[in-house]
Amino acid sequence: MIEWLNDPGNWTAAGGVFDQLAAHLQYALIALVIATVLALPAGLLIGHTGRGRWLVTTANTVRALPVVGLLILLYVMLAPHIHDRGDTVYLIPTEIVLVLLAIPPILSNTYAGVDNVSAAVRDAASGMGMRGAQVVRRVELPNALPLIFSGLRSAALQVIATATVAAYLGLGGLGRFVYDGQASQNFAERNAGALLVALLAAAADIILAVIQRYTVSRGVSGRFPRRTVEDTDETDATDGTDETDETDDTAVTTQPAGHTA
Amino acid sequence: MTVLAVDSSPLGMFGYFRDHRSDVLDWLGYHAWLSALPVVLGLLIALPLGWLAHRHKWAYPPLITAAGLLYTIPSIALFVSMPNLIGTQILDPINVAVALTVYTLALLVRVVADGLGAVPEDVVQAATAMGLTRRQRLLKVELPLAVPVIASGVRVAVVANVSLVAVAGTIGVPELGELFTNGFQLSVGSPYYPPITLGIVLCVLLALVLDLLVVGINWLTTPWRRAVAS
Repeated sequence: MIEWLNDPGNWTAAGGVFDQLAAHLQYALIALVIATVLALPAGLLIGHTGRGRWLVTTANTVRALPVVGLLILLYVMLAPHIHDRGDTVYLIPTEIVLVLLAIPPILSNTYAGVDNVSAAVRDAASGMGMRGAQVVRRVELPNALPLIFSGLRSAALQVIATATVAAYLGLGGLGRFVYDGQASQNFAERNAGALLVALLAAAADIILAVIQRYTVSRGVSGRFPRRTVEDTDETDATDGTDETDETDDTAVTTQPAGHTA
Repeated sequence: MTVLAVDSSPLGMFGYFRDHRSDVLDWLGYHAWLSALPVVLGLLIALPLGWLAHRHKWAYPPLITAAGLLYTIPSIALFVSMPNLIGTQILDPINVAVALTVYTLALLVRVVADGLGAVPEDVVQAATAMGLTRRQRLLKVELPLAVPVIASGVRVAVVANVSLVAVAGTIGVPELGELFTNGFQLSVGSPYYPPITLGIVLCVLLALVLDLLVVGINWLTTPWRRAVAS
């Protein structure tokens, strides 16, 4: 496997690692962007109004569907209707499945994040004269961000992992090496492909973690410079489960937003 | 014998099932086994680790981080690298079982730790005041009270496993995923739905049954919740 990875030819050749990496990223990014555009506003709205919770439950039951089965079913259904468009015949079913996979974590985490914002903070915001849309944008969204990010991260993970299976259909991506290696008994190639998918997933997770660190308000993550707040709680930015002692901080951070209004 | 007309519509799955009953039932059995066994094993390993993470503050970050890292490994990558890691044959179903145990473990360590952490402090103090030793307190009070939280984690794991096991079918491990590869191969030219829809329906049903099983176990092991609810 190491030898396979050390051979520059395996990287630069047509259909080599660089090509498949680009393809894999492309499939994953398209799906993540579509899923976020659909699920994020929906989650915010459901959390804000408290209406339409059934949508979250329904999206979650989709998780029980076997991914491979769905992928092949969609391909078989759509294939006779798409002709002479190269990879489109594989791409459309793949993207549908990936979007379906990415929606539940983003939707349910966004909903949970907004739902978790304490009523006091929400009341304070409306008390300051914010309207519904302003409350969502300036208070609920920033406060829900840690949970939204954890949803995005698990969605990214699932999408990158599942884009591997797309190669089984006949699409490119890093899964090509896994399935081609398996078929031709070239286990060095297959394992190298598997390793690359794992590394890509880890890299995506780290990148999202970095973005999270710089977009989540310090008041929410509890990450203050030592001199402004004397007692920095040791709440790691790993998740948003500690809401209890955050309420005071979040109330503070929403204030500047109100002042600029 | 009458010759059955080949029905290639999605509803042809009933006929397909009739014609391939023994194969399909075998695959269903393997699939159920491969989905459920890793959950049991993963839970057994996650319990002490989760307890450790709950009991000692210093152990929490490394254990939870390690579990999170394990969970980021894509399933197909884990399936194909298992033979190298544990020295099994390439298509040995054990690879799938071990890989899924790793996932379940990764998911449940955090759940167990947080479940134990969610036991109210005054309850723990009451147990201590009644003279329970630390071990008795864990087994008789903390663990039973954490069951609902742990059960919700197990439900997620079991449903995810059913879907993940099917992925192993694409590399040739026999289980319900075979129905998908079968349908894929038979669909060259014109669509042939029966095995595909049958596979999806059976996977969903299996997930449902296993999920209900966990719910049932949760119900049986927490009789006090019913007493309060009624």
